[in-house]
Amino acid sequence: MLRSKRFEVRARRPVNLDTFVCEDPALGLVAMNSPNDPAPSITVVKGRVVEMDGIEETDFDTVDRYIAAHAIDRSIAEEAMAIPSLDLARKLVDIVTPRDALVRLLSGCTPAKLCQIMSHMNVVEMMMALQKMRARRTPGNQAHVTNWRENPVLMAADAAEAALRGFDELETTCRVARMAPFNALALLVGSQTGRGGVLTQCAVEEALNLRLGLKGLTTYAETLSVYGTDEALRDGDDTPWSKGFLASAYASRGIKIRFTSGTGSETLMGYENGKSMLYLEARCLLLAKGAGAQGIQNGAISCVALTGALPEGVRAILAENLIAAALGLEVASGNDAMSSHSDMRKTAKLMLQFLPGTDFVTSGYSSMPRRDNMFGGGNFDAEDLDDWMVIQRDMRVNAGILPITEEQAVAIRLRAGQAMQAVFRALGFPEIRDDEIEAAAMAYHSDDMPERDLVADIAAAQSFLDGPLTALDVAKALDEAGFEDIARNVLAMQRVRVVGDYLQPAAVLDADFAARSAFTDRNDYLGPGTGYRVEGEVWDRLRAIPQEKSAIQMVPITSGSPGVVLKACGRAGIGADGEVVIGIGPAFAEGLDHTLCGLSHGEVLAALSEGIRSMGLAPRIVRIRDSADCGMIGWEATQLSGSGIGIGIQSKGTTVIQRKGLAPLDNLELFSQAPLLSREAYVQIGANAASHAIGKPPMPVPVRVDNMSRLRLIVHAMLMHKREIAAVTSDAPAEEMEMQLVV
Amino acid sequence: MSSEHLHDPDDPRRSQSKIAAEDITLDALRTDAISPEDVTIRRSTLEAQANRAAKEGYHQLARNFRRAAELTNIPGPKLLEMYDMLRPKRSRYDELLALSQEVIARYDAPETGAYIREAAEAYQRKGLLRE
Repeated sequence: MLRSKRFEVRARRPVNLDTFVCEDPALGLVAMNSPNDPAPSITVVKGRVVEMDGIEETDFDTVDRYIAAHAIDRSIAEEAMAIPSLDLARKLVDIVTPRDALVRLLSGCTPAKLCQIMSHMNVVEMMMALQKMRARRTPGNQAHVTNWRENPVLMAADAAEAALRGFDELETTCRVARMAPFNALALLVGSQTGRGGVLTQCAVEEALNLRLGLKGLTTYAETLSVYGTDEALRDGDDTPWSKGFLASAYASRGIKIRFTSGTGSETLMGYENGKSMLYLEARCLLLAKGAGAQGIQNGAISCVALTGALPEGVRAILAENLIAAALGLEVASGNDAMSSHSDMRKTAKLMLQFLPGTDFVTSGYSSMPRRDNMFGGGNFDAEDLDDWMVIQRDMRVNAGILPITEEQAVAIRLRAGQAMQAVFRALGFPEIRDDEIEAAAMAYHSDDMPERDLVADIAAAQSFLDGPLTALDVAKALDEAGFEDIARNVLAMQRVRVVGDYLQPAAVLDADFAARSAFTDRNDYLGPGTGYRVEGEVWDRLRAIPQEKSAIQMVPITSGSPGVVLKACGRAGIGADGEVVIGIGPAFAEGLDHTLCGLSHGEVLAALSEGIRSMGLAPRIVRIRDSADCGMIGWEATQLSGSGIGIGIQSKGTTVIQRKGLAPLDNLELFSQAPLLSREAYVQIGANAASHAIGKPPMPVPVRVDNMSRLRLIVHAMLMHKREIAAVTSDAPAEEMEMQLVV
Repeated sequence: MSSEHLHDPDDPRRSQSKIAAEDITLDALRTDAISPEDVTIRRSTLEAQANRAAKEGYHQLARNFRRAAELTNIPGPKLLEMYDMLRPKRSRYDELLALSQEVIARYDAPETGAYIREAAEAYQRKGLLRE
């Protein structure tokens, strides 16, 4: 088949590496509203749910049974279920009904009812609702910190930088399970070097996870996965009761937990029973709530590419975040696993959580380059940090990551490495050398790290786990080595486990180790002027990205080398035939000295003169003092020119060829894209001006094609033009200039 | 449960923090006045957190914290054993009932005991017991 060249080009675009599949409910390929989803209903008899979503109690599967017994508030179920779903959808979006009232009502809803409410909302309405229903007033973020070589020095350095960047939680995992104690230790020491109060976790199997917590190395866990069907749950070797028990077991050790679920997981496991992904996720969320989890990590998570392959899959992902928030759960809203080959598509999806804000906008921003990400590659990683910062600044949105300078990053990474060196030395672990610390501070990824003896590290990590040493010994080692502040932070992380305030919904710790949770930092959003606003110190930090420059840094008052000396010789008069007058702007070679394309004003005048002379005419330079406008400068030049031909040039390089008798904005040739004008172009402009004077046809002026020049230089252009305007003296006559080029 | 029981060598329960949270300071650490069990959460603290959650209308979270408060008594290895017994097809009905009774009698954990009993009933109906 003969192919359209445009279709051919589009076929190679990254988005077309993504997979898109047709809806097929029989295979579980339906994001929302499967024909097999039940209609919402509930029957409560004497405080007992005897029927739910069309299923009689005797036919309940274990998920139904658990939800009916633990999750749904029977005292308000009949009231809530009687309210039309459309009305509940409107209440979620309005700026009248407060969050608490909605959490109460939705606590009486069944899974099918929750889905029906979502089906009435478009994505913008869901974002409005999410902004209101988020548990914690201040949005936050979580980072992933891993590296392929499991280098503890690099891990500590990455953790320190992530903590300094403002992440509230850091998560690591292991490639080699037996490294877990060192990974958890590196994350603890690094995080508390960067910013006291950052929570950390090491995602490993539950028994090991609990042991790390008991040693005081970690403070939270989100490994508790749940699924929306009995078969999928059993495939995960759990029941609702076993997961609920685990939640209590963690809490009994003062460890914060959240559950994990997400659309697509049941379909991927093959046990979705033809139901929609969102309906099964609603069941998961009620299960998590019923188990007493304070929060959830959801948003398709590792199945994002499956849900995303379906029509309205990305809408369903937002809906699952919203249902979780509306049930009162803390939400770590995904955006962690690779969701698309296309940056445009990834970013568009991200905005659904980034703009309204969630408790954790990502449930793991990859703080290192992709190849070091042991969670299977991050959706957004170290390379994307500056884009994230700029988008926050563009929209005055806090999506949980703060800009820092290179100096700050390197300094904190060094310090984390030094702290790890002290801990390893004091606790008798394999030595950390100075060159490792320096490499970790400057590294791109783990290939930049000197080789360590992995066997010795693993052996030491294992004896650390099996032996009596705990985080208290880590704190003591840090203190004795002179890292008193880090020691204090590590110790404070032990104290927070005793106090337990951070077990409450959506809690993170501030730099004073106080819990900011749904109870202490309440989301009171009710429209403009309420809720979280990016103000004060946070806005000052978010807007001050390191790339930002002041006007004076961008366009210095003078560089001191215009390449030409122009001597004013009094009022300019009308010249004789055989000349072309070059009218220059008021700040030309006086205050400003280079055009936008980087030519010195001397080079420009030399080039124009060369062109004029090449056609046998003579250049004459006059400074126009009463206008900064290119058209006016050119027009005034023609009034003085003996040939009637004038060239007008602004200091930034914008140039016009003009003939006497034409209106100021009418002209012979205009070169409005100053950044594209090279020396050769100015020579040709001079030659063309002279050609117009002697009636010869002008030649095309060679102009570079650079569509990005306006984008790159518009601020510079504006600043230079301001400077030119400031140099204007109204009513001042044009001045004759004598040119002396300076080489 | 009063704290003197915690020092009985025959008592299988896990010991919990004996010092106040505000006494967990660097100075105390320097004089070796803090032991690992001083940085574990107490039963009474979790009960207080449960009350806090309930007051805010977070009833399921409160019930989780009440079970967690009870589990502070139970040593780690026993917790993991209990978790394993609650996984699919690991236990017979009578084993779960025995566990339920054990945690109530031995660890003063009535909410947890009831939770395990409820699981046993559900597992019996849904074929999640060990044959």
